[in-house]
Amino acid sequence: MTAATAPLIEVEKLEAWYGRRRILNGVDFSVNAGEIRVIMGGSGSGKSTLLRHLLGLHKPRSGRVRLLGVDIGRASERQMLAVRRQIGVSFQGGALLTSLSVGDNVALPLREHTSLDEATIRIMSRLKLEVVNLGGFQDLMPAQLSGGMVKRAALARAIAMDPKLLFFDEPSAGLDPVVSAELDELILRLRDALRMTIVVVTHELESAFKIADTITVLDQGNILMTGTVDQVRDCDNQRIQDLLNRRPREIQVDADAYLKRLTEEAA
Amino acid sequence: MNAIVRPLENLGRATVHSLAGMGYAAMLLIESLYFSVAGSRIGQPLRLRAVAEQMRQIGVDALPIVALLALTIGVMLGIQFIAALSEFGAQSQVVVAVAKSVTREFGALITAILVAGRSGSALAARIGSMSVSQEVDALATMGIEPVRYLAAPALLAMLIMLPVLTIFADVVAIGGAALYSSPALNITPTAYVMQTLALLAPGDIWQGIAKSAVFAVLITLIGVSTGFSVQGGAEGVGRATTRAVVLSICWIIVVDMIFSYFLNR
Amino acid sequence: MNATGNVCRSEDLGGYVLVVVGGEVDLSWSQQVRDAILAALGRCDGVGVELAQVTYIDSSGIAALVEGFQTARGRGRRFGLVAASRQVLAVLQLARLDKVFPLFADVESARAG
Repeated sequence: MTAATAPLIEVEKLEAWYGRRRILNGVDFSVNAGEIRVIMGGSGSGKSTLLRHLLGLHKPRSGRVRLLGVDIGRASERQMLAVRRQIGVSFQGGALLTSLSVGDNVALPLREHTSLDEATIRIMSRLKLEVVNLGGFQDLMPAQLSGGMVKRAALARAIAMDPKLLFFDEPSAGLDPVVSAELDELILRLRDALRMTIVVVTHELESAFKIADTITVLDQGNILMTGTVDQVRDCDNQRIQDLLNRRPREIQVDADAYLKRLTEEAA
Repeated sequence: MNAIVRPLENLGRATVHSLAGMGYAAMLLIESLYFSVAGSRIGQPLRLRAVAEQMRQIGVDALPIVALLALTIGVMLGIQFIAALSEFGAQSQVVVAVAKSVTREFGALITAILVAGRSGSALAARIGSMSVSQEVDALATMGIEPVRYLAAPALLAMLIMLPVLTIFADVVAIGGAALYSSPALNITPTAYVMQTLALLAPGDIWQGIAKSAVFAVLITLIGVSTGFSVQGGAEGVGRATTRAVVLSICWIIVVDMIFSYFLNR
Repeated sequence: MNATGNVCRSEDLGGYVLVVVGGEVDLSWSQQVRDAILAALGRCDGVGVELAQVTYIDSSGIAALVEGFQTARGRGRRFGLVAASRQVLAVLQLARLDKVFPLFADVESARAG
């Protein structure tokens, strides 16, 4: 069976542009089944853009993105839907639907995509809330939750359909250390119990080192390296060491370009 | 040189922008209709509950304010027509003037402007804030087409409720005119209404209903498309809301004029 | 047994029904497991679900077990999970359900307990 051994995510020579600015310069990238991959990089490194391509929210202009073996640049609606039913996404701000209660948010994918009995859907969605330690909170509205609770509720919704592949955008952004440590723990347990493949995008080093099997370091649209936690720690690449040690990067100054930026009317 | 090129450049950019906007709205219309008809076959069924909820928000909740405005317009038309027609001693023509202008024009127009202000803006605000908080992205990644989930129910609800509200407004406005003008015309309000019914042709009412269906499409598409294209946080949502209302009302009035021209030639 | 190696059969042990489940329990057929458990509870005082051969269970499968357990309690019937595999236990622990379900090592202790 080749499907079991083929990578769940394959990205080849992906380029992305924002207007005339190039965000990704031919990125190659793959994630194997059962892996926890952390995509790390500072702001402006292109990691959010890469994530949006992985989620199929942007079609690649050049290069290829294959999710679960499907080329999402060329997939039909039906294939795309089949892929989306097998992936879960937890967005940075949670992105819970504010018009639905927490329980209805978690149940939404089940109601939309399965013909399961309502009793089964209720149990499944409340089970997911138990998993993220939000048992009994199903009747609250998203606006009534704290930041950490929103993140956990979003995670519960992301795993509602027992996805093969889970994406997690900035799990610890804006959370206190205890709550973010709990989330890290939860990510590890999800992988072990439910055999999920998990992709986490973050700039938090501590949490990255704790949960990652492998780390991809992205900088200014290029992949600097992909390797295990130890490989990344021991790497002698200057930019990676800067990121790890939180050193501000040295900005090279081109006198001509700099003056042009400062003085010209239409830069 | 710049003084000439700049405005031209801006004009060109604005033209391209608005053409792109129209193209986007047309695509939304086609997609919404497609999901309404064939959605259940491709795993994107239109939820009747969502349509019913939208119908309540767009239609039922608007009844009091539509009634109030229609009544006022009716009375106002009564005042104006009596004043204007009595100059020619043609007071007896007030009934037909009110009946035709309400059913052909004012019923649909007033209702559409009101619904644009209430529901067009609400659609833009709701979808806009959902785009900003990534809820639209979340729907898409869950395999729930945002157009199917957010736009199609609103379009269907609007297409049903705006004509219904228009008929309701027609009735109330003519009632208002009857209450005001029947004493001045020395007839009973009942006689006024009976006379109206005798004078109205089905074509008059159909004209208003046909217009209101077109207005329904305009209001929804403008609300939804400005909502989906919101950028720039809370301020962007505010701008989109205003833009949706202003654009809708402009389009409604222009389209109304075009319609009236062709239907009354 | 179907082509994928998934099993769900009920064994009548005289006054006790053992529902034997095996393979990968997921959304595509977990309703079958649910129906088997509820049917067994309808005709017998004690029901055990044997999960030794389960290599994967998703939350719809767990939901079937929860619904069975809740129904059994409502009717005053005995219900237990028998010889749950490591994979099943891991999922139960994830939701702390290992502290809720009566877990038994074999059928004899399940019938006795």
